Parts: sequence; structure tokens; C-alpha cells
Amino acid sequence: MDNAVLLDVQGVRKTFPRPDGGELLVLDDVNLRIADGEIVGLLGRSGSGKSTLLRLIAGLSRPAGGRVSYLGTVVDGPPPGIAIVFQSFALFPWLTVLENVEIGLEALGLPQPETRRRALEAIDLIGLDGFESAYPRELSGGMRQRVGFARALVVHPNILLMDEPFSALDVLTAETVRTDFLDLWSDGKLPIKGVVLVTHNIEEAVQMCDRILLFSTNPGRIIGEIAVDLPQPRDRLDPSFRALVDRIYIAMTARQEEAQRHLARLDRLPGIGIDTILSEVSTNLLSGLLERLAGAPYNGSADLPVIASALHMEVDDLFPVAETLQMLRFVEIEGGDIKLTEAGTEFADAETDLRKQLFGRNLLLHVPLAGHIRRILDERTHHTAPKGRFLDELEDHMTPDAAEQTLRAVTSWARYGEAFAYDDQKQTFSLENPA
Amino acid sequence: MKGRASTPISVQSRRPPFSVWDVVAVVLVLGVLVVLAEAGRGLAMPIDTLDTTPIGLDPGNLPGYAARTALRMLTALLLSLVFTFTYATLAARSRRAELVLVPLLDILQSVPILGFISVTIVFFMSLAPGRVLGAELAAVFAIFTSQAWNMAFSFYQSLRTVPDDLVEASRCFRFGAWMRFWRLDVPFAMPALIWNMMMSMSGGWFFVVASEAITVGDTTVTLPGIGSYIALAIAQRDLVAIAWAIGAMLVVITIFDQLLFRPLVAWADKFRFEQETGVPPPTSWFVTMVRGSRLVRMTAAPVAAAMRWSYRIAPKGRAAGHGKSRSSAGSVWADRAWAATVLFVVAVAVWQIALYVLSGVPLSEVATTVVLGLATMTRVFVLIAIASLVWVPIGIRIGLNPRLARIVQPIAQFLAAFPANLLFPIAVSGIVAFRLDPNIWLSPLMILGTQWYILFNVIAGATTIPSELRDVAANLKVRGWLWWRKVALPAVFPFYVTGAITASGGSWNASIVAEVASWGQNRLEAAGLGSYIAKATEAGDYHRVVLGIAVMSAFVVVINRTFWRPLYLYAERKFRLG
Repeated sequence: MDNAVLLDVQGVRKTFPRPDGGELLVLDDVNLRIADGEIVGLLGRSGSGKSTLLRLIAGLSRPAGGRVSYLGTVVDGPPPGIAIVFQSFALFPWLTVLENVEIGLEALGLPQPETRRRALEAIDLIGLDGFESAYPRELSGGMRQRVGFARALVVHPNILLMDEPFSALDVLTAETVRTDFLDLWSDGKLPIKGVVLVTHNIEEAVQMCDRILLFSTNPGRIIGEIAVDLPQPRDRLDPSFRALVDRIYIAMTARQEEAQRHLARLDRLPGIGIDTILSEVSTNLLSGLLERLAGAPYNGSADLPVIASALHMEVDDLFPVAETLQMLRFVEIEGGDIKLTEAGTEFADAETDLRKQLFGRNLLLHVPLAGHIRRILDERTHHTAPKGRFLDELEDHMTPDAAEQTLRAVTSWARYGEAFAYDDQKQTFSLENPA
Repeated sequence: MKGRASTPISVQSRRPPFSVWDVVAVVLVLGVLVVLAEAGRGLAMPIDTLDTTPIGLDPGNLPGYAARTALRMLTALLLSLVFTFTYATLAARSRRAELVLVPLLDILQSVPILGFISVTIVFFMSLAPGRVLGAELAAVFAIFTSQAWNMAFSFYQSLRTVPDDLVEASRCFRFGAWMRFWRLDVPFAMPALIWNMMMSMSGGWFFVVASEAITVGDTTVTLPGIGSYIALAIAQRDLVAIAWAIGAMLVVITIFDQLLFRPLVAWADKFRFEQETGVPPPTSWFVTMVRGSRLVRMTAAPVAAAMRWSYRIAPKGRAAGHGKSRSSAGSVWADRAWAATVLFVVAVAVWQIALYVLSGVPLSEVATTVVLGLATMTRVFVLIAIASLVWVPIGIRIGLNPRLARIVQPIAQFLAAFPANLLFPIAVSGIVAFRLDPNIWLSPLMILGTQWYILFNVIAGATTIPSELRDVAANLKVRGWLWWRKVALPAVFPFYVTGAITASGGSWNASIVAEVASWGQNRLEAAGLGSYIAKATEAGDYHRVVLGIAVMSAFVVVINRTFWRPLYLYAERKFRLG
């Protein structure tokens, strides 16, 4: 077994510098081995560092601690034999399909006839015949990603890294490209030995992977490993498939509850607890989910995977909404179930004005950052405060991007709940809305 | 695999062995060779030949002159391209170089180029003493300085905005630095670069007229070209000759447009990064010819092969390393040392310039030049305001009418390329005839050539107003002043600011030729920094030339930093659609 290890990740840590000179931990103590013939899934929410890990494996960035080794040698810069398929396709828009596929071979310095022959073979394999002279802009998303696959496969890599390769595609297209890939893989037609798939889609992970590693957020750690023994091709409606999906949902929400309890503890001490990264969830989505839950057939309580598929939402879409509602105490999440609280039921039944009142009340009570901003504004004589002030505070705990996002999220919620106002031109928070 | 090997090239098999396009291509290539040979012969001549074969106003000479001028401009454009590729790449790749090169570029952009010419000509003449080559180099350099900066800036900005995923893809496929440059950076930068090349070429005409016939102190050089022809026509008050010169220039501009820029734009369309635009792609008969001609393809194949070979042999170097992580804690002290060195060099340079200027000019004159600068500044701002009042409403009207916009847009772009100094003689004779005050009436000449930037930017802005927005305004019966205030003006504002910045910069430069204008023996002068530099140049007084340039650069830099840039950022933030 040991000589069949393609990739070995040991105790890897990754940090990003913070503006104040400190460091922000995004990946901590990650251990991972990829053996010959495996598809391994890295499953987690956005911000769990799984894409960062993929870039470490690809040699696009260096770990702060631990080491990544590929076929026994430490990865130090992009090694030959590892290729990536990107979420955004990353095709060169000025090259035709054929030229896009050829370019990796050109970089290897292969002679022109061989380059052409191998490129045409890869195009053939991936089902792009007839599109050779098309430019990426002329192709649909599914076809573009097929070019992405052909371009990665043509260099005959040992390991194929896939960074959410289907998430920019619509559901049906994603399904087609996915099954086509799985068929080629099962038939042994692909010139690759192992695959690492980054995804936030639980069903996708269960459908494709032999092993799934679950990631926590902030910092990213591996919190569990689930082996998938179902035979290929896998049927999504098969009870054992569903059971596995449920199990992963529960495992992922369990971690979330833990984080929530942690937050609730801090909640009681005023002035702290603003270090939570908030997701930008629109208030329309929040009320939408509450209404759905309140109505038939759920009547106030639902199974998360069930309501997710009913709403055509994936983990990355659903979890932030559910999590925000939980933070606002409109719902409770336990064991893969989501339940309306009393306040949640009241909200779902109310008219617009009352809804805004309820929302504003719970926002100030339960979201520490909102309460904090409101308190500062109340204390100041002119009731205004610059945005930069809060941004600085947040950046002690998170990256500048996350701080911006958190502040944007709380601003849009506060606007809806009329908790406070924000003027983007002056970049200041205030208590007054234009009369 | 059966029968598929030829798929991407199968289109060719049905073609006849030679097409009409092949014939056109051969004729064009031969024509270019003849022109090059003719011009090359002129370069090696001793400089005395310029005196023995003086410029003649016979229109029959014009094709030759036009060819020489066009060649100078092309050479300058080529040099600008080389400069762009090296300077901007260095600035984008090395953080320390960036620290120096980018502000330097910003200042070079603001320095009045016309002031440069006199300073550089002596140097270039000394490079090839007694040969025409030296004077040619000086003229080419003058044109180069009008073309290079904005191209380099555009390329630098493109390099800094290459999408991350493409960078990662090229690193993952292990492109070397050389291959990355040609396969990723240059293609990505191409559309913006070509647009800037066109702008540069337009700007270049203005300087051709000023750079071919120069008098610095007692050195007078007259190179054969359209510029010298015009200078002579002005001196001899020959309106017919001026008309001929304008005609020749029109022809050259058209040829450049048809054989160079339109093909480039059509070709560069594939480098557009946005995936979809609803606008039909630009077309060019020349590109059709290139694509249709087998000869062209046969010549292009070895070039492509050579490039592939060069990727192979080029060292992989650091490109495989960690491109984006350009800062690390250990280098903080090295950075500081570097910054200190740069500051020291700058201080020494400023000290040297001050010493040089003060050795020939009394200190009190510095104050005088600042006052003159204020006069020129007032002119520029008043003129921009007047031009805006005229062209913004007209531009919006035109832009909202797509059919009209398609006709007017190229005309406005042509007018921007047209060297306004050709029209100065007419203005001068008018001012003399009506006994007007030159301090006021010479001023419009400054904006004659640059106002078009405002017009065509506003037209471009108005064409991008989404039809839904206009429908909503109509639906809500938003009309009259309210419509201008809430719909039209905000929508074109960012575009207007871009145009006004270009117009303002151009006007400062133009002041050097516009504040002193002559027609035969009539010579008019307005008090300002431009006329100060022009007079010092004529007198060969380098101390005053340097002082004038320094003060003018300072004015332009300060105005850009305190007025135009904040305005631009504000416009981008608040009014950019989409």
C-alpha cells in the first residue's frame, strides 16, 4: 500500500498575514493521503480552506508548516504530473479549443506533431469533436468545462485536482459532465491515477468519491472522514445513498451547533463576540425560508436535506441562511432538522412592518456586531460613526475581505430592521434615515 | 480518429492554390519594401544635403514627404512598443522597480513634450555627427515621447489585472516567464494596448508638425516631411500649400487606419476578455486578406514555430515560483534601504536642476513663471469649461441616436488626430485683421485639437446608457432639465471625466505652440507659461527652458493629483453603470 501513495500531506498549516502584522490561521494540522486509483473529496463550506489546500497540493503556494509530498518528493512549486480543473474554467479566451488544449503540451516543449496528436485525442475522449476551432466565448458553460478537463488530461497527469468544477454550471449540465467523467474514470480511459475533488455539494461528493474528508471552518481542519463503499454508478434515490447524505448533513450541522453554542456563551458578555464572520444573506432569502418552513407540508419543522433539495439549494446556499436564522433565534437546528422558534413563527405570520420590527429587535439582541454598532451610535452625541472604525476592529479577528463582507452583511440586515443607517458616500453609520 | 486529423484545417482544401488576396498581399509587401529602401538611403546622407536640397512647396514633393513622415511615426511607435514591453513589465514584476517606475511614468506623462525637443536635439545630433541620421533620431524621439507613456501605463495596468485563475492555470502548466509573457500577459493586454496605440498615433501628428523643422538657438534643422512642408508654407503665407498638406495628411491617416489600426482592432477582438458583448465584432478587409492569403499563412507558420522553439529554450526561471507573494517580512529593511537610495537620488537630481537653473536665471524669475503658469492654468480651465458646455449636450444627443453616433464617432476621432496647429495661421490672420487681444483670442487654439476627446468620450458614454433606463425615464415622464440632471449627465459623467482629463493634459502641451503663433511676418504672443518656454527655446536659453518645463510639470502633476484624480475616482464610484 505504501508504495502506492501518490500524495502525502502531513501536518499542513497555512496562514495569511493580517494588516496589523499578525497572522490569520486558515488551515490547521491537515493530514491526507491519496492512494492509487482513488477519488478523494474535500467537503466543506466556503471559507473552510479546502481550495487553499488544493493550491498547496498544486504547488501554487507554500504551507506555513508541515509538508506536502508528491511521489515521495516535497512539493516546491508546481510539479509535473499534477493538473487542475478550475471552477471558473480559466480558459484562455484568445485561444481556440484546440489551442487551449495544446498549450500545456507546448509548455512541456513537445514537438508540434505530437502536441497536435495528443490534443486531438484528448478532445476526442472528452467529447469535444467538431468544436476544435471554436473560441471559449462561443461555448456553453458545460462545453467550456469539458475544455478545462481536456486541457488538464492532455498532459497525462498522475493526479487531477478539481476545484468545484461543476458549481458554475446549471444542475442538469453539471450532472451530465459529472456522469461523463465518472464513466470515463470507471472504464479506465483516463490517463490519471488519482483525483482530489473540492466541493460544497454533499450529493456530488457522495456520488463521485471513494472517500470524503469533512472540513470545519475558521480555521479549516479535517473533522471527519467518511468512506463511500457504494458501487458505481450510484443512484441518488437509493436508500443507502440517501442515508449517507443524511449522515454527512448531521455531521456538518453538529459542528455548526457547537460553534453556535460557543457564540451564545460569548453573547452574554457585552462588547465581545463580534469576531464571527457573517455571511451576506439577503433578507428576502431569510423571510423566504421562514415562510416555506411555516407553510405546508413542513408546518414549522423540516429535514435539512429534504428542504435543501425542495428549494434546489446546495450546502453553500442553504447553510448560511439557516445559520443566520439560527443566530437571530428564528430557528433551531438539531440533528439535521430545522425548526421554527416562537419568534420565527411570529415573523412568518406577520405583515411587512411588524416583520421589520421583529427582525430589528432580534438583530440587536443576538448579533453582537449589530448591537455593538448601535451602542456606539447611541453613545455618541452626533450619533454617527465612520465605517473604518468598525472595519479596524473586525480586522483584528479576520481577513480584510471577511471584515468587509461581515460589515456589508450587518449593514443590509440593519437597513431592513431599521436598526441603524449607513451612507456609502460618506462611509459613515448613523441613526438617522432620510426623513 | 479516422478522418479527423485534418478537421481544424480541412477548410483549406477547397481553396484554389492562389487567391486574389495573395496578389493584394504581394503588392502591399513590395510597396512597403520600396518605401523602406528609399527612406533608408536618405538616412545615411550627410547633413549638408538637407541644405542643398531644400524643402519645396511643389505638391509633387508631398508623397515623398508624407512617406518620410509616416515612417518616422511608425519607427517611433515601434520604439514605444519596445519601451512599453520592457518598462511596464519591469514595473509590474518587481515591487522595488515599481516604487520608482510608476511615479516616474506619471510625471513623464505630465511633462510638456514640446519643451523636450530642444533639449534632446543637440544630444542626438552629437550621436551621428554630420549625418541626417542624428536629426532623424531627434525627430523620432520627439514623436516617441508623445506616444510611449500612455501605452506603457496601459500595459502596466493590464499586467496588474491579469485574472488570478489564468495566472494559476499558466503556473500549473509550468509556463516559463518568457512563454507566460507572450501567451498570457501580452494577449490579455492587447485590446487596451491597441486602443492606446491609436491614441498615441493621433497625438503624434501634433508633434510631427512641431518636430521636423526646429530652430534651437542658431541650429536649424529641416527634415524632409509634411511638418517641414507646413512650416515653410506658414513662413511663405501659402494657403494653397497648406491645403495640399492637409490633403496629404488625410491620405496618410486613412492609410494608417485601413492598413494598421482597423486590422489591429479587428484582430484584437479575439483577445477581448469579456465573454459576450452584443456589439457586432469589428471587421477589416485587410484582416480578411491576411486570413484568406495562403502566402501570409506560409510566412506566419515559421514565426509561430520560432516562438514555440523560444518557449522551449527559454529558462523556466522564477516563473514557476510564487508570483503573487511579493512581500516577505525579511525584506523590510532592504525595502527601506531601497527607498532611502531613491529619495537620495531624487534629492540630488532636484538640487542639480535647481543649481543649473539658478546659474542662468535670477531667483525672482521663478515667481514670474509661477504667475505665468497661473495664467495658462486659467486659460485651460476656462476653455475646458466652455468646451464642456458646448460638447456635452451635443455628445449626449448624438450618443442617444445610434445611427448618428456611428457617423459622428469616427469623425470626432479623426478630428482629435488632426494636428490643430495647421489651423493656427488662419486664426492668426483673423486676429491681426480684426485687431483682437491675443491674450484672449490665442487661447482657443490650445483646445482646438483636444476638445474632441470630450466629444467622443461623451458620445461613447451616451451610447452605453441602457435602453431600459431611457424607457423608464420616458415612462415616468422625466423630461427637460430634470432628465439632464438625473439621467443623462450622471450616466455620461465618468466618460466625460476621462475625456476632460485627456483634453486638459493635451491643452497644457498645446499651450507651448498656441501661445506664440505666427503667419509669415505676423507674430502674436499671449502671456503664459507656454509662450515663456517657446521663447526660451527659440533663444536657445536652456536655463529658462528647463525652468519652464519644471514649473509646467509641477502645475500638471498638482492639478492631476488634487483635482482630476479625485474627480475620476468619485465618478467611478458613484456613477459607473453596471
